[in-house]
Amino acid sequence: MRSLAAIGDVLEGGVADATPAENARDLLHLGEEVLEHWLHAKGLKPTASKAEGFRLLGLHRQGAKGDPSFNACRETCRELVYHYNLITMAPDDSESAQRLVMMRLVASHVYYFVSGKMQSAQLGEFCCSSRDLRLKQAS
Amino acid sequence: MTDNRTDKYKKVAYYPGCALEGTGHAYNRSTKEVGKALGLELEDVKNWNCCGAMEVKNIDPKVQTYLSSRVMSQAVNEMGHSVVMAPCNGCYHNLKKAEYDLKNDETSRQVVDRISAKAGHKTYKAGEIETIHALDWIKHGIGEEGLKSRVKKSLKGMKVANYYGCMYTRPRHIFPEKDKGAGSESTSKPHFMDDLLAAAGAANVDFPLKTACCGGAHTLSDSDMSTKLVLNILKAAEASGANVIATECPTCHSGLEMHQIRAEKKFGVKTNVKILYFTQLLGMALGLSPKKVGVHENMSDSFDLLQQQGLA
Repeated sequence: MRSLAAIGDVLEGGVADATPAENARDLLHLGEEVLEHWLHAKGLKPTASKAEGFRLLGLHRQGAKGDPSFNACRETCRELVYHYNLITMAPDDSESAQRLVMMRLVASHVYYFVSGKMQSAQLGEFCCSSRDLRLKQAS
Repeated sequence: MTDNRTDKYKKVAYYPGCALEGTGHAYNRSTKEVGKALGLELEDVKNWNCCGAMEVKNIDPKVQTYLSSRVMSQAVNEMGHSVVMAPCNGCYHNLKKAEYDLKNDETSRQVVDRISAKAGHKTYKAGEIETIHALDWIKHGIGEEGLKSRVKKSLKGMKVANYYGCMYTRPRHIFPEKDKGAGSESTSKPHFMDDLLAAAGAANVDFPLKTACCGGAHTLSDSDMSTKLVLNILKAAEASGANVIATECPTCHSGLEMHQIRAEKKFGVKTNVKILYFTQLLGMALGLSPKKVGVHENMSDSFDLLQQQGLA
């Protein structure tokens, strides 16, 4: 598994010289790796199970268990899957290149969200937060 | 949910919250002006207090429940309203959360009862008032057809990325009225703002980050991360073909505006997409001047675009 910094470099770099479908597969896999980092940081073994046909969504579901604020990236993960489907189901579509640009931005959002959350996991419940800390303080 | 809401939302209690008296003043101004133009009446909640926002909630969530419950108590017990409208996503979320807690959690009820007695006001009970967002208010109080018939300057030519932020639909369990099929709001793909702006003539673009995180919680602790999250939203909006991002949350709005400027200064990345509250766009469509809806109070300078579109 690549480090988060290495994943960031890939996302901030240019589009790889590959077909749209290959690029889409890479971006989906990259999203999975980002979520694997989140799960490792929580001391969990990332699941191999799929949700709605995708491991990415299985990993998201696992990562949000007991940490509802992680759901702030649920729809972004689903958008990643949606763009993957758009590209791989019609790779020769004239809009594939544009869809790939958008998929990269969506993948970047998952990356920034999870990276930020891992850096400051105890900010508060408002958004990206540590529910544990809040509850400990309240008790 | 069908529906006596057209009548019910004609006059509602208005809870602006602290952001709308500060950085979100343009949202406050434009919401009130749109209400007037549409014949929807707002009455400020008397002697309102903080909803508990994130500060109180992080230290003691039950106190936040109390603070939000007091706002609802004022609206129902002191003013006799059956609906309270909160345009700020944070306030809206907190009032809905308090409603949920009071309905489902005995400890919350006890805490709220105890503090209310100490503060000397009537305890708010779950179900006494309905909390709605500004989007619900216009969507159900007037509706798309009603809006269309009142449009004086179409938003034709405005390509809008509708940005709802994360608090408007999350967590799902505190919004039992959403995801109820046709006519209700969706928590995964919200569309009320899209519907209203389309009725005013705008073209909505397919925007994949409409509920994505704006980095609001990182603003002070890790500004660079907030800037990167915002920049990504701005880039995605531009890649979608939008020339404007419509917002309905003062925290998201000021975050987008501030970090758009910061992205250019810090990372040298300039984006040109404009940022306007949906109420500002609707107000201009209803024939109000940009000044009347507070466009001059925004940090994002959209005047050229508005002029091009014949709105200024």
